[in-house]
Amino acid sequence: MSTTLVHTEAELQYLLRIGDSSLILGQRLAEWCGHGPILEEDIALTNVALDLIGQARLLLSAAGELEGRGRDEDQLAFLRAENDYRNVTLVELPNGDFARAMLRNFLFAAFQLQLWQALSTSSHAQLIAIAAKSAKETRYHLRHAADWTVRLGDGTDESNRRMRAALEYLWPYTNELFSPTAEDDAVEESGFGIAWSTLQPAWEGTVLPVLAQAGLGVPARTPFLSSGKSGRHSEHMGHLLSELQYLQRTYPGNTW
Amino acid sequence: MVTTSKAWEVLRRVPDPEIPVISVTDLGIVRDVVAREDGVEVIVTPTYAGCPATEVIRASIEEALRAAGAVSVQISTRLDPPWTTDWIAPAARKRLREYGIAPPHALPLDEQPILFAPRRLPVECPRCRSDDTERLSQFGATACKALYRCRSCREPFEYFKPL
Repeated sequence: MSTTLVHTEAELQYLLRIGDSSLILGQRLAEWCGHGPILEEDIALTNVALDLIGQARLLLSAAGELEGRGRDEDQLAFLRAENDYRNVTLVELPNGDFARAMLRNFLFAAFQLQLWQALSTSSHAQLIAIAAKSAKETRYHLRHAADWTVRLGDGTDESNRRMRAALEYLWPYTNELFSPTAEDDAVEESGFGIAWSTLQPAWEGTVLPVLAQAGLGVPARTPFLSSGKSGRHSEHMGHLLSELQYLQRTYPGNTW
Repeated sequence: MVTTSKAWEVLRRVPDPEIPVISVTDLGIVRDVVAREDGVEVIVTPTYAGCPATEVIRASIEEALRAAGAVSVQISTRLDPPWTTDWIAPAARKRLREYGIAPPHALPLDEQPILFAPRRLPVECPRCRSDDTERLSQFGATACKALYRCRSCREPFEYFKPL
């Protein structure tokens, strides 16, 4: 393969990792519709879902163009097989309770904000534009989730217990946010993106002080490493996709 | 043929579907208009990436320009630079307030701290103009608004979030 092809394939994988992570968390948050603990938070969760789906549309459209096989955002979102999705495992985990939803949004929004800022120097003009647009929305997601992380962590015995359980459950999956992939070198070399590991110090700089203010002890790092970025997903992904893809699989090409 | 200035004039009367007191040009989402022999190209930018009103806005723009005599209408999207509430026209801010929506502050978002940021900003009640208001939720009925309540007149209202 020529260097250009290697780069294009690496860049495609990179776009899918970012776009699929937005898409799948958007789907998980949409499941909250009608189930939020109070009306305002129900609306907030679906607003964040909508922003994430908007990001996914832009990123998957860009991925389709880069791929050059005529696939658009809808075909990529609705018609791929499970192993072709490249989202981090963190975002596909079941919603659980409100504490877990807020903590996941917090951990992921802090990651996304670092990513969008790092992509401001990408060699790909469209990716710079998408990142600049998304950063504005992600700031709201981050603030909303950070507020709740402190409020619940530093709240009642029950809310603190739930927040600690959520942190215990989610924390091991944050390893994958910064784990290297086979494409990192090619993507850095072409200037398209940055290696995932470079985002970790700034992410910790955002996350750790908020967890401390929430009175939550940070769990020890373990060697556990989830592998959604390589297409090997948890047992929850298939169930999520069956709902996400149902309509297009049952009525191919249907629009309304 | 629809000229560029005629096209802008038409666009100034195309309302935002969610907030009909302001037009698409008031909102600052029309970035450019190019009139050609065979039609008009309108370059728009989305407010929020996932805003469901985007499709309706495109359809309304096309319909209005066709009604004004444009044979073909092409609508393209430009993401860069990203839309900001600072592009909302001053006159439109006044109409927002009269409509019951507090207009956005012009504060740079980067300078806001992560935690509990909006509590530092007084948002004026669009009805009684009191500063004694409280935020109920950072997210409202549409992506671009937050929910507030006035402690003085007790009325709930919406705040157009700075973006």
